[in-house]
Amino acid sequence: MNQTTAAPSKIIRQVIVASSVGTMIEWYDFYIFGMLAKTISTQFFPEGNATAALLSTLAIFAAGFIVRPFGALVFGRLGDMIGRKYTFLLTLILMGGSTFLIGLVPNYKSIGMAAPLLVLALRLVQGLALGGEYGGAATYVAEYSPANKRGYYTSWIQTTATLGLFVALGVIMLVKLNMSDEQFNAPWGGWRYPFWVSIFLVIVSIYIRMKMEESPIFSKLKKEGKTSSNPLKESFRNRANFKMVLLALFGAVMGQGVIWYTGQFYAQSFLETKCGLEFEQSRTIMLWAIAFATPFFLLFGWLSDRIGRKWIMLTGMLLGAVLYYFIFTAFLKDTDITEWKQDNPTMIKQDRKVSVHGTGSIVQVSSHFQTQDGSKFTQVETDTLSQTSSGTGGPRSYGSASATPVYTNKQVNNTTYIKFIFLVWVMVVLVTMVYGPIAAFLVEMFPTKIRYTSMSLPYHIGNGVFGGLVPFIGLLLTTSFPQYPLVGLCYPIGIAALCFIIGSIYLNNKIDKNVTD
Amino acid sequence: MSQLKKLLGVVWLLLGPAVIYFLLQGAITHIDPAGKKDINNPVIWVIIITIFTPIAIGLMIFGYYALKGEYGHLPENSEEV
Repeated sequence: MNQTTAAPSKIIRQVIVASSVGTMIEWYDFYIFGMLAKTISTQFFPEGNATAALLSTLAIFAAGFIVRPFGALVFGRLGDMIGRKYTFLLTLILMGGSTFLIGLVPNYKSIGMAAPLLVLALRLVQGLALGGEYGGAATYVAEYSPANKRGYYTSWIQTTATLGLFVALGVIMLVKLNMSDEQFNAPWGGWRYPFWVSIFLVIVSIYIRMKMEESPIFSKLKKEGKTSSNPLKESFRNRANFKMVLLALFGAVMGQGVIWYTGQFYAQSFLETKCGLEFEQSRTIMLWAIAFATPFFLLFGWLSDRIGRKWIMLTGMLLGAVLYYFIFTAFLKDTDITEWKQDNPTMIKQDRKVSVHGTGSIVQVSSHFQTQDGSKFTQVETDTLSQTSSGTGGPRSYGSASATPVYTNKQVNNTTYIKFIFLVWVMVVLVTMVYGPIAAFLVEMFPTKIRYTSMSLPYHIGNGVFGGLVPFIGLLLTTSFPQYPLVGLCYPIGIAALCFIIGSIYLNNKIDKNVTD
Repeated sequence: MSQLKKLLGVVWLLLGPAVIYFLLQGAITHIDPAGKKDINNPVIWVIIITIFTPIAIGLMIFGYYALKGEYGHLPENSEEV
């Protein structure tokens, strides 16, 4: 649509709100499952049951990697044939319904294997729906937008993935902070609330979306009988279009995916598992950083309308490849327990727990320390005391086997806390650089009649597969080379660098003024 | 630039099989029925290899197109697609 035929601002605002709220809810729905994975696994996928473990693996991995791209194909095809509005309304209903139902499934103890099977089926529906949602929302907004504001308007859609993560983190933290761990993890406890909340959000969003009209460009195409009869064939068997799908994937979206997941997921997992930061501090670091960085999606979307999309995205990838090593080194260095112990920490509390097992007992001593500069940590020492007897009726003695102390619940001081927020903020700003302009970039790459299908597949392969694998490949590398704690970064750095090279050589920076063709 | 695009096509063409090789090697090394970590789990490797193999083939096709000079000129409107 060119500037002269653009919809009035009021309509565009409604279009943006209707699309963004729904997309944000879909991301929220998708993330809460991942964030509550530990609780979910104890409720539905008990340890020691091989079938349940297999279903758990499928629920976590297959939903993100296989079903999302498959959803992109299924719903992309529908969107190009029957229209954007009804397709992304359908994805919203599927996502909201399946999320709500996950919160209602009785646990394994109540209904046995039916529980993990139901949860797996609902999780797969979630993945399918997410695969169909994004392309529809981005296409819908872009097809309403004037050429000179396409990047800015679609950047509102781009805030939704991060805001969905933010809301998911916030809701879970809110519920968790208002009850004990026992209440939260109970069979019908607090962990179910975030799933139930979803239904209210989805009903509101469906109401808003129902009131919207079909995209004017798609309506015109449909009226003229020019819609595609086989979008999959036209997208992927037409050489000229397929080469653009490949270019979108390898020159833009795969780099975007790894930057997105490293900045917002790997960072959090690294702070909690490698640095040993306590739950509340690591989550609030993420929340602050995301809150301060989110406006940059709009800034870079707006900027991309002026200077083009290509170099903003590629600069984000390049900076990620260059800065990640230094940022994660700083995380490790500032939480290094050997340095903290040299600071003469003061013991502020000590708890002793003894549990008796047969002829021996286990003593766990938890010592809480505070360093001179205000950092805190807990040192846990576990001793196994085994009873030995010197003869019938004789005195009994105890032998002790002490394990290496474990350091948990690290709390950094205020200065380091602010520094960590800043470092995560930098990484999320890089996310905004790669992600802010990408919806407009993808929309402009493909023709209207096969746009939904053509842009959805590379997006979900790039974001879901390349990005979603960041934690797994990180784990794979750190397990293979345990002596290098930062080796997990090789994957995102390598993919971002490769994508930067391909993108800078093969992509052009031209903004397509006319997306009506 | 056009020449560089073509030459790099060879690199992308070779990178595809290399990715498949490293994935298979990773699977053989790490799959362990007695292991408890995700990387010891054969199901995960099957999923990853299943999804990455078509992507690696896609990278080879991308390299082939680049080598043939298909990216020398990018379409400027839908008529060219």
